Amino acid sequence: MAGTLQFDLVSPERRLASVAATEVQIPGADGDLTAMEGHAPTITTLRPGILKALGADGTKAYVVTGGFAEITAAGVSVLAERAVPVEEANAALFDALMVEAREAAAATEDKDVADKLVADMAALRAAAGL
Amino acid sequence: MPSLKDLKNKIASVKNTRKITKAMQMVSAAKLRRAQDAAEAARPYAERMNAVMAGLAASVGSSASAPRLLAGTGSDKVHLLVVMTAERGLCGGFNSTIARLARLHAQELLAAGKTVKILTVGKKGREALKRDLGAHFVGHVDLSDVKRVGYVNAQAIARDIIGRFDGGEFDVATLFFNRFQSVISQIPTAQQVIPAKFDGAAVTALYDYEPSEEAILADLLPRGLATQVFTALLENGASEQGARMSAMDNATRNAGEMITKYTTIYNRSRQAAITKELIEIISGAEAL
Repeated sequence: MAGTLQFDLVSPERRLASVAATEVQIPGADGDLTAMEGHAPTITTLRPGILKALGADGTKAYVVTGGFAEITAAGVSVLAERAVPVEEANAALFDALMVEAREAAAATEDKDVADKLVADMAALRAAAGL
Repeated sequence: MPSLKDLKNKIASVKNTRKITKAMQMVSAAKLRRAQDAAEAARPYAERMNAVMAGLAASVGSSASAPRLLAGTGSDKVHLLVVMTAERGLCGGFNSTIARLARLHAQELLAAGKTVKILTVGKKGREALKRDLGAHFVGHVDLSDVKRVGYVNAQAIARDIIGRFDGGEFDVATLFFNRFQSVISQIPTAQQVIPAKFDGAAVTALYDYEPSEEAILADLLPRGLATQVFTALLENGASEQGARMSAMDNATRNAGEMITKYTTIYNRSRQAAITKELIEIISGAEAL
């Protein structure tokens, strides 16, 4: 049995979770990563995706948009610009996120980044099953 | 000497005023609790964000490739003052203390030969500064339709500020708001946000950065600005309610004192009138 690590998920407006978890799956900007106890200290930015925390009382999943995660040997704290538990996510939320992503894509000159953002949003929506 | 009827009307009107101020005080007390809760809930995010950014800034800040939001434009000719006030009055010195601080700051900068631009958030600050600094206004953010200040509002303001910065409109940006200390004390604060300044010790732990430190910093700086604006908005919200609460508490107490005073005068003149009538009757009877 692997040890546990402290998992904190905070958004600017509130703290969504502060629990012990055995592993945390993070949608990092450069690819997904899983943090377990004793992980090397890492700071990574997030891409829009699904964040999962596996704990003693089951798996909790959250839809997160940008932000960053700070991983230490003893815990993970995720600072997400927007975080919503998957159960509360609905089509309207994704529609709003999609619109935002497209607007941001239209405003920026960096085509690659913008296309990636829109693609990430679409993938996120598919992953959430909506 | 006012007539008895005048006094009676006066007392009734002050009583009505007292009812209103009392109600306003209670409404602000409830709103203050909510505002304080919101500020409390936002604190972990802001603190962590600040700590990580301070660490990053310390390691990247000195290099030539540092983002402009952190390093600045290399000059400090044009200053943007973001003056955050309330949308409503009747909250004691809340709006005027911010306006006074901003005005002092602006006058110092102008005296030093700098250019000043002012972005107002909240109607009251705009009104207070319009007369002597109206020529420096570059924009206004209206939050009067916003019931509860959310991160989205802060993001919009931050985006506006960054847009102006990228457009080369200014070199240094400073936020003006009231930091909430307690119900009776709010501290007008000026906080420089561009180029970014971080207080507190930097995180010294050795982290792996994914992607590079520069990329993370570039991604985080705009978010950091939004967070700082959000914190300022929340502090301001709590301060406003606190200031209104104590102002209305004072007003209620003053109204109470006024009622006591007028009631005493009313009773005295009523008794004087009765005494006078009695004397008239008695002396009339004696004359017979």
